[in-house]
Amino acid sequence: MAMDDVPPGQAEAGPGDAAAAVVFATPNATTPGQPVVFDTAACTGCNICVYVCLEDVFIPNPIKGKPPVILYPEECWYCGPCVEDCPHEGAIRLNHPLQQRVRWKRKATGEHFRV
Amino acid sequence: MHHDNGRLLPWPYSVQYGEEQRIETDVLILGGGIAGVWAAIAAARCGARVTIMEKAATIRSGAGGAGVDHWQWAADNPASGVSPEELTEALIDNQGGYRNGISTYIQCASAYETLEEMERMGGKVRDVGDEFKGAEFRDDASKLLFAYDYTNRIVIRVWGADYKPLLRKECRRLGVRILDRTTATGLLTEDGRHGARVVGAMGLNNRTGAFVVVKAKAVILATSRPQRIWTFSTELRGLATFRPPSDAGNGYAMAWRIGAQLTMMEKSMRSPFGSPYSFPAYGSGNAINTWYPCNIVDANGKEVPWVDSNGRVLGSVDERCRPAEGQKFFIMGGGSSSLPHPGHKRFLGPKPIPDLEQRMLRGEFTPPFYADLASMPEMERKVIWGLMVGNEGKTRIPVMHTYAQSGFDPERDMLQTYDFLRGSGMREPVVPQERTFGESGVCGGLLVDWDLMSSVPGLFGAGDLVFGGQDHSHAAATGRYAGARAALYAREQGWGEVDAAQVSSEKRRVYAPLSAQGPRTVDWKELNAGIARVMQNYCSEPKNEELLDLAQTWLADLERNEAPLAVADNPHKLMRTLDVLDILTCAQIIVQACKARRASSDYLHFKRLDHPDIDPAEWHKWITVRLGERNTEIGELPIAFWGELEPNYRPRHDANLAAMGAAAGEGQRRSWGIG
Ligand SMILES: Cc1cc2nc3c(=O)[nH]c(=O)nc-3n(C[C@H](O)[C@H](O)[C@H](O)COP(=O)(O)OP(=O)(O)OC[C@H]3O[C@@H](n4cnc5c(N)ncnc54)[C@H](O)[C@@H]3O)c2cc1C
Ligand code: SF4
Ligand code: SF4
Repeated sequence: MAMDDVPPGQAEAGPGDAAAAVVFATPNATTPGQPVVFDTAACTGCNICVYVCLEDVFIPNPIKGKPPVILYPEECWYCGPCVEDCPHEGAIRLNHPLQQRVRWKRKATGEHFRV
Repeated sequence: MHHDNGRLLPWPYSVQYGEEQRIETDVLILGGGIAGVWAAIAAARCGARVTIMEKAATIRSGAGGAGVDHWQWAADNPASGVSPEELTEALIDNQGGYRNGISTYIQCASAYETLEEMERMGGKVRDVGDEFKGAEFRDDASKLLFAYDYTNRIVIRVWGADYKPLLRKECRRLGVRILDRTTATGLLTEDGRHGARVVGAMGLNNRTGAFVVVKAKAVILATSRPQRIWTFSTELRGLATFRPPSDAGNGYAMAWRIGAQLTMMEKSMRSPFGSPYSFPAYGSGNAINTWYPCNIVDANGKEVPWVDSNGRVLGSVDERCRPAEGQKFFIMGGGSSSLPHPGHKRFLGPKPIPDLEQRMLRGEFTPPFYADLASMPEMERKVIWGLMVGNEGKTRIPVMHTYAQSGFDPERDMLQTYDFLRGSGMREPVVPQERTFGESGVCGGLLVDWDLMSSVPGLFGAGDLVFGGQDHSHAAATGRYAGARAALYAREQGWGEVDAAQVSSEKRRVYAPLSAQGPRTVDWKELNAGIARVMQNYCSEPKNEELLDLAQTWLADLERNEAPLAVADNPHKLMRTLDVLDILTCAQIIVQACKARRASSDYLHFKRLDHPDIDPAEWHKWITVRLGERNTEIGELPIAFWGELEPNYRPRHDANLAAMGAAAGEGQRRSWGIG
């Protein structure tokens, strides 16, 4: 997408600037839609995660060597074998839905944190 | 992500709708979860040719594929203070009689023997590195670690996160044929006759859409339980099921269609884990199971006291792991049950004060509460946030790894509990309508005998799908037992005939959603939500004849009007659609069983407003249901219908071991330690 070309921190094109972005008639996305996050640099596209997944959440990427495609995010069981059995540390990480992020409190300081 | 600027990606697997693959095997196992792989290994050790049909991938599939930390009810372990008979009777008594005496006895008498076999396959079972040397929960002679009752030592703490891949490896070594990504859809009976001997099964490859017909001398159902009967949600947390969404009750529906008996189908419970509003299992502060016996504190750091089953306030963490005065042993603790079972107190373990909520409302405690691992004795902290959270079913990555990456430190931080805030529900159930069929706790299922054979010859059952049993060790032990029984049965049998008409009618049923058309077609999700709504409204906690009749009417209406319009446009969605059609069948079975029990029961979490007497003696029995040639047939069985435990178990168990050992070479036999 053209948006990717905007350097971080810089103002994006205004709504009137029709040439800046192509607008598509997209349906609403299924949410939570990102049960895992791939690191495109670390992932080799070996598809082991596609093989082990309990629910067939992914399909192999049509482009060889690229991370699998998350086709059915809403069927994810958040169980983790895709991450555990990945041979490349950091290539894939589990991403809990926003409403699933548990909080904790640091005893000594009383500060609060979350997943 | 699944389209590239609006351009749909082509289906990545070659599509082979309707193409037929034919296979012959001695023992066919449907469901390669925990029970399924153990059954396969046992049957193969007996010399049978074995095939597994598994909806997902056997390497990690099933509720225990990502791990297990409690090896339950191993009364046969060398440090146990309780005999298998005593423990089985206690577990049955604790459910008011509504627990499977056969499968529970198999579990209690052979869980440790089964775990030793796991160890020989490479699973870590003992604290060989002396990490927990000196801990109260460690038996120094065997180096086994125990949970809950440290005096009686009947639940073993294990490093189970890699057991499933090891079990699959053993299947491969023994030459088991594994059909992954293949959903079993229907059973084959001799000449296609209703209720006749099972001679195989049919399945759908849920990546290619191809059809598989497997002819077998014995079939073992190990597809676990139905879910999504009362709750369905996709927008909050996956499909909001406690077990993997693939466990969709297909085995119940398949057994039903051919006329096998099911029992205890009327029992359902409020859902503490399956609610879409609950948090990751064992991922919020709590004091049960994996987290037992963790300290809980309030917002000001005030510790929540623990009491034993006599109501005595306990002074130390160690006391939470000891039986109360007058108790020989206890079987659970932490306080997840809200029901005043008459027999419960005898075996109830310690828990945080049961009136915490009332005391919080009176101002004695201030929410929110936290699980305070940091204040636990070092060994207890290390065993909870380490061994247990590191190995419990689906906590290694989702909880331990993910929380650590976000900076959680068990030595400094307190994990919030969401009790009373509509959150985890780890202590108390949430909403009456958000029910579950056997999410936790024993539930109904396939009626089996001492061979773990169903009422239909040639059809066996194991694991969570068997009525009135549960747990990982139960799945392993019953899988192993059923595998050997089925192999021995298969030895005596000739081949049955696969009925062509049965195959073609199943093919029509399976592929129908591909040709549903028009503006009124229904997606599997919407159909599932519609079924769940009917069940919430008419088969919820308060029940009466009128409500149940309405449930029946509206489910039949969905079956007639919407089910034929269920639509799928690729093999994956076809599999999900077939799941929901089976969920509809399961809901219909449940409603019929609820109508058949005309009395209330605390033990069965069953409230009939029109039959308010609770657990009256004349209703203390099993209700069975079965699809007859014409109608549903209701039957009943006396409570302990299985007769004596040890005399029925031992000869079969010994024959199983002999068969598993005899088929192996001497060297192998020694390495398994059997025979
Ligand atoms: C989060 C979590 C933690 C748990 N922790 C523990 C614990 O510590 N201790 C304990 O004792 N128990 C625990 N349990 C319970 C334990 O995991 C189950 O009791 C056990 O896995 C049941 O084994 P099973 O083989 O009957 O079912 P499963 O292991 O669920 O296997 C069923 C298999 O059938 C497959 N299947 C379903 N339908 C079909 C079909 N139509 N065709 C082909 N295959 C099909 C599924 O994909 C699955 O692989 C836990 C469960 C969960 C969810
Ligand atoms: S995430 Fe890991 S397992 Fe999956 S394709 Fe990439 S490298 Fe392979
Ligand atoms: S967490 Fe489990 S269900 Fe989700 S993508 Fe990974 S393996 Fe599949």
